[in-house]
Amino acid sequence: MSISFVQKRDYSLTGESTRHALETGLASAEWYHSDVPRKVMKELMQRRDGPAIRDTLLWIILLVASAWGGVITWGTWWTVPFWFVYGVLYGSACDSRWHECGHGTAFRTQWMNDVVYHIASFMVMRNPVSWRWSHARHHTDTIIVGRDPEIPFMHPTSILPNILHFVGILDVWDWMKILVRNSLGNVSAAERSYIPESEIPKAILSARIHLLIYAVTLVFAWRLGSIIPFMIIGGPRIYGTWHMFLTGMIQHGGLAEDVIDHRLNSRTVYMNPISRWIYWNMNYHVEHHMFPMVPYHALPRLHELIKHDLPAPNTSIWDAFREMVPAILRQRHEPGYYVRRELPPTARPYREEFHQTVPDRSTMR
Amino acid sequence: MTAWIAACQIDDIEYEDVLRFDHGGRSFAIYRDPEGAFFATDGTCTHEAVHLADGLVLDDIIECPKHNGRFNYKTGKALRAPVCIDLKTYPVRVSGNHVEIEIG
Repeated sequence: MSISFVQKRDYSLTGESTRHALETGLASAEWYHSDVPRKVMKELMQRRDGPAIRDTLLWIILLVASAWGGVITWGTWWTVPFWFVYGVLYGSACDSRWHECGHGTAFRTQWMNDVVYHIASFMVMRNPVSWRWSHARHHTDTIIVGRDPEIPFMHPTSILPNILHFVGILDVWDWMKILVRNSLGNVSAAERSYIPESEIPKAILSARIHLLIYAVTLVFAWRLGSIIPFMIIGGPRIYGTWHMFLTGMIQHGGLAEDVIDHRLNSRTVYMNPISRWIYWNMNYHVEHHMFPMVPYHALPRLHELIKHDLPAPNTSIWDAFREMVPAILRQRHEPGYYVRRELPPTARPYREEFHQTVPDRSTMR
Repeated sequence: MTAWIAACQIDDIEYEDVLRFDHGGRSFAIYRDPEGAFFATDGTCTHEAVHLADGLVLDDIIECPKHNGRFNYKTGKALRAPVCIDLKTYPVRVSGNHVEIEIG
């Protein structure tokens, strides 16, 4: 029996799909929004320092305590749970801190957003300059092929790399290559498609600073004759990154490409409180994409206000994976397939005329 | 040639808020600061064509609703990526109960 895969689309940011997105109006389009009265939205958008200071202090305390426990129990089995906790706090929680502070919504005080953003960018191994612009594009053109630099599943997606993401090896290798390339002054055409020219020198400088820190860590490890420095710096992006991918993959996985309604391409998932704390409430992902100015601590309130207009959330991470994995496997073979999530009777319907530009993959490159 | 155009009434805008005003095929954002003074800028963000009237006013700052780029709406100065280009500002005066902006 032969297995046929869908023809690979051009997911680059400078090719045929980009031209198609620009010509059909998919790029920089006006997106669907649920109705929220201006007065209520103003309240939801209000910035506060309190929640993020509390969460950041707790994060730092837990990071220090778990690293300390890991170091003093090194060489015994007691060290494992300490590194397990430290790994997730470093290698997974960094992503949500990077994300919220990048939006500038975590803290009211801007320098606090900037400080945490730069630290978290280093932890997650992302260039703080280029990824700020990359993520802006992700919000302008969410899962628009040829425009969005952050599409997680490019069909037909390969299974093994997605599994390996949970241990971060491929991911770290890929992002290290980007850091090295940027540090040498090499910024790709794709990166230049979303980073303004004036920001390029800052991106190169940031890459050099990140690499310098890793070089100092390497020297320390060599002088100490121990891998402990890498257990503390850099290593958690391998052994502690699993939660970031566990929650990140289900944001858009298995859903539609080339639509301009976040209800069709993003997923809200109810989660346990620990995952929500690590993830800073990004499980309310439809809400976040519709209203990116609403801080993480106000997303549950926003969800309550507009859930009548959204598909029913997945009830757990497990439930989301049960929906997503078969869909991704099917997307490898069936052109144009996606999970079309049912809207409740109280919701405004999907506007089909918004979504007539999805190309047939059998004819698209 | 410039002209003073009535954009809205004083009470149409709350303190520390923003309102959209369209005129002659152009769109503007009218602001009221926390002390009650009025200001005006072009309506759309210089990063992408998103209307600032859906954004958040924080003291002297307007934050774009799409990418959280920030401007000082009193000077038009771009303050935070992804905005790099300053916003055009317009003179504003209060005439009776109306807020007027001077459009060229």
